[in-house]
Amino acid sequence: MSNYLYLLWIPLLPLATFVILGLFGRKYLSKIAGVLGTASLLTSTILSFVAAKQYFFADSKVNGAYQKIIAFKYTWLQFSPNVSIDMGIIVDPISIMMLIVVTSVSLMVHVFSLGYMKGEERFATYYAFLSLFTFSMLGLILSVNIFQVYMFWELVGVSSFLLIGYYFSKPSAVAAAKKAFIVTRFADLGFLIGILILGFYGGTLDIGLLIQKFTAAQSPEFISITTASFLGASMLTWGLTLIFIGGAGKSAMFPLHIWLPDAMEGPTPVSALIHAATMVVAGVYLVARLFPVFSMDEAALTIVTYVGAFSALLAAIIACTQTDIKRVLAYSTMSQIGYMMFALGISKNGGEHGLGYMASMFHLFTHAFFKSLLFLGAGSVIHMVHSNEMKDMGGLRKLMPVTHIAFLIACLAIAGIPPFAGFFSKEEILMAAFNSNKLIYGVALFTAALTSFYMFRLYFSIFWSKPSTVHNDHGEGPWVMKLPLVILAACAIGVGFIPFSNFVTSDGIALETHTDLLFSLAPVSFTILAILLAARFYKTQNDTSDKVASAFGGFYTAAHKKFYVDEVYLFITKKIIFPLIGQPIAWADKNIVDGFLLLTANTTATISNKIKGLQSGKVQNYALYFFGGVLALSVLFIYIWK
Amino acid sequence: MNEVPLTHILFVSTTLFFIGMYGLFTRRNIITMLMSIELMLNSVNINFVAFNKYLFPDKLDGLFFSLFIITIAAAEAAVAIAIIINLYRSHNSIDVDDATEMKF
Repeated sequence: MSNYLYLLWIPLLPLATFVILGLFGRKYLSKIAGVLGTASLLTSTILSFVAAKQYFFADSKVNGAYQKIIAFKYTWLQFSPNVSIDMGIIVDPISIMMLIVVTSVSLMVHVFSLGYMKGEERFATYYAFLSLFTFSMLGLILSVNIFQVYMFWELVGVSSFLLIGYYFSKPSAVAAAKKAFIVTRFADLGFLIGILILGFYGGTLDIGLLIQKFTAAQSPEFISITTASFLGASMLTWGLTLIFIGGAGKSAMFPLHIWLPDAMEGPTPVSALIHAATMVVAGVYLVARLFPVFSMDEAALTIVTYVGAFSALLAAIIACTQTDIKRVLAYSTMSQIGYMMFALGISKNGGEHGLGYMASMFHLFTHAFFKSLLFLGAGSVIHMVHSNEMKDMGGLRKLMPVTHIAFLIACLAIAGIPPFAGFFSKEEILMAAFNSNKLIYGVALFTAALTSFYMFRLYFSIFWSKPSTVHNDHGEGPWVMKLPLVILAACAIGVGFIPFSNFVTSDGIALETHTDLLFSLAPVSFTILAILLAARFYKTQNDTSDKVASAFGGFYTAAHKKFYVDEVYLFITKKIIFPLIGQPIAWADKNIVDGFLLLTANTTATISNKIKGLQSGKVQNYALYFFGGVLALSVLFIYIWK
Repeated sequence: MNEVPLTHILFVSTTLFFIGMYGLFTRRNIITMLMSIELMLNSVNINFVAFNKYLFPDKLDGLFFSLFIITIAAAEAAVAIAIIINLYRSHNSIDVDDATEMKF
């Protein structure tokens, strides 16, 4: 079965590109850096599709279920006979699905960047960073060992940091990069502790073994982790919740979402790749990867559900009030990831009740395409207008026909209008929510309506609203910028028709799903109403929207200010943590720790200053000391030490 | 002829030793210091010979020791004078107070 060894090339090719471009790119390869990066990624993409075809269609299933295959495993650090850190490649439905998503979106972004980043001074560096990111992300999704996940997780964080801070001469970009790094790093602390808890009780770091041990209700590991408790919750709940905190940090779940909107300071294709389609779903992927363990613990799943649902709703409300188009998209990303999270949270493992799991993965899959399309479209618009602000746009539909159509398709897809991709996946999520938790269903339905409202607010503000005021001669951009838009638009229409539930389910067995027209009636009609509302407000220039905004009053202002979450963080850090914890510790460090060391050093210096005169350089003094010593020893041995 | 008592000879050698030591500490000229060291060595030689003669008249160990010391003293004098010549070349002086670079 292990004839998947060629999968090694998928992450290794971008790594090689990163090394080559990182070392020689700027000096020797700046002309062909983009082509080189794109070509190597194209190879990876083709290999991924080959792997998908082999896995899903050629290899026979065992008892009708897709199996987990360890294609490659190398023990890297052996701590004890059972505990080791391995590097390896796992092949199962979700890793293959993620391979397809990451490589194809990354490829589209590589191609788009050929046009978008053209003429940048650090063009080769940009491609080196993109390759590093792609390598880390691919390594993450193929991990067999939870510590391997953690290492690639950090690598992903680093490359995200580098790419957000790509325009490092801009202070806001530097601040955003720092913020993203610190916030996710803070969350990763939780992840690490979670790994250690699971590893401690499970006695292994291997994901497969962990799942095996913690899903058997009779195993000694499961009994020990569920009976051990801390502050009223079992260690299993603690471990999983901490791991989820790590995932929430990367996936921008409330309250760790504050870095995502700021991360839009990076180049737009980077936002499309990292902050829309791949890295931010790493948290969802992590929960899905450990889902059998999560499904053993109701409390952890409840946390996942409510955090996801709350984030989805909050982000959707904020998105309605933002004016920077990339920030709108950022909040919409956060909202959609919230969808995926709560879909996982309400799911059970296996069989009919695994609908939420399958829906979540499906939404991850379709979302990657239409969200990266939205970002690349926004990139095109920004390239044209040289601004991120909605008020500088309007009436662009005649100037940028390709972008206009692609953007419209993406908006319809994310809004969930049949037959676009988002409709199918969102439908499954709503169905799963309806079957398990009516409150969540209500939130999801409302969020869906909000989603289509703010997406079409964006669409009408960019492409309709007022006559265009933009004049420049480079037009819509070269073909390398249009081609990815066209391909992704085709995906945004087409991928919804993939019979996803046949391939990716919680237990590998195909799941029967059916689209219930009556059930779809409510969400679709809400969506269409919201679109009509957006059209009424923003299609032509009028003051209806301002009137409505002022009618909402304080609520609108609060949403516009992102519900003051940033301010709360600042208050906690600047007013509470710094003066109450930071400064006393700094004082202790300066006066006690440093003081002790300075005391030792000063004492030594003083003593040596006093006695250094002994070494005078005069031979006769030395002779005198020598005779003195002989005399003293003589006295000692003759008279005292008899 | 009366035998000279051992203490007399020891008195001579001790005197010689401390004359040598006094010279080593007070003279600044290296050659004089070298001569003082020779004095001290020879006082030791006298001790060896005297003790051999008075305490173990039938043995020759003390005599051999003094012979060794004389040999080594000759070699040592050669090395010391070579050092002195080098010192003179580099410092243009054979005064020990002029050669005090090796200090703190």
